[in-house]
Amino acid sequence: MKVVIMGCGRVGARLAGLLDIEGHNVAILDTDAYSFRRLPPDFGGTALVGNGTDEESLKKAGIEEADVFVSLTQGDNRNVMAAQIAKYIFNVPKVVCRIYDPLRRELYNSLGLEAFSPTTIFAQMLKEKLEG
Amino acid sequence: MYIIIIGGGKVGYYLGRALLDEGHEILVVEKDPDRNEFICGELGSVCIRGDGCEVATLTEVGTGRADMFIAVTGDDEDNLVACQVAKHKFNVPRTIARISNPQNETIFKKLGIDVTVSSTNIILENIEEEVPTHPLTHLLTIKDKGLEIVEVKIPPDSTTIGKSVKELSLPPETVLSLIIRKQRKPIVPTADTILQAEDQIIAATTPESEEALRTALRGS
Repeated sequence: MKVVIMGCGRVGARLAGLLDIEGHNVAILDTDAYSFRRLPPDFGGTALVGNGTDEESLKKAGIEEADVFVSLTQGDNRNVMAAQIAKYIFNVPKVVCRIYDPLRRELYNSLGLEAFSPTTIFAQMLKEKLEG
Repeated sequence: MYIIIIGGGKVGYYLGRALLDEGHEILVVEKDPDRNEFICGELGSVCIRGDGCEVATLTEVGTGRADMFIAVTGDDEDNLVACQVAKHKFNVPRTIARISNPQNETIFKKLGIDVTVSSTNIILENIEEEVPTHPLTHLLTIKDKGLEIVEVKIPPDSTTIGKSVKELSLPPETVLSLIIRKQRKPIVPTADTILQAEDQIIAATTPESEEALRTALRGS
């Protein structure tokens, strides 16, 4: 499948690498070309400098043919905006979005956006570990 | 009216001041402590420190009873999220977002924001109006219909002077609504109205037909 990832941080780069190995067609966007150093050396997908909240950059990354869009930048609001553009403007079938703020994640989940909060997930995981 | 303003930068501050002068109840939400102190010092206790995109902050400031919610931070995505939270979580009847990228106008509309104000477009329109040689000026955009009201000035050397309206090859979906003549009353053009030098023509058209309308009225 064709995957567009926005944000080439640790998570974005790692996800891009994993999907690439499995043979998926991956395009990854970041506003800073320096972040592409995180991609594995044998990465076979496309790395593009661009802003994922900008329609033109998304089109260049192939959003119109994408099956999946994932937004993973450091900014919750940027992720939310890009995910909504992918879902409602470009009608991408599967859109996933990272939102650090648990309350904001809850709101956007109820509005129909598939969003995950690493804050909630990690805190829960730690709690379970600590309680043995 | 109770109006909440997100972002206490220059736009937020002056907007807040103007709305206070008009007798409204306002509240500015600003992240930066220095900015917050400045606004409170200038306008009284009408600014609180916080993130205008957070549900907790918006609950604290009583967003539920706000009549209007205006997001004017410098970042389009922050303004979008703040307005969406206000709209969906607190049912604020009217949300207004400032945008910097004019392309976001349609996107925001689709995502449920009631009104967008594009500072970039406003400056551009003003430049068009102020530069007298500019052949076509945008007066008004009717967003949901895809129409716009424009003004075209007929220069003294135009090849269309002396022609009647029916002789012009006007593009489709275009209507000439009004002609303003030098020192005369405005007239509603008919098919037989003859174009004169210095006429100011007000027309309704579409963004696609704009160029064709300009050529039809001013000659090539």
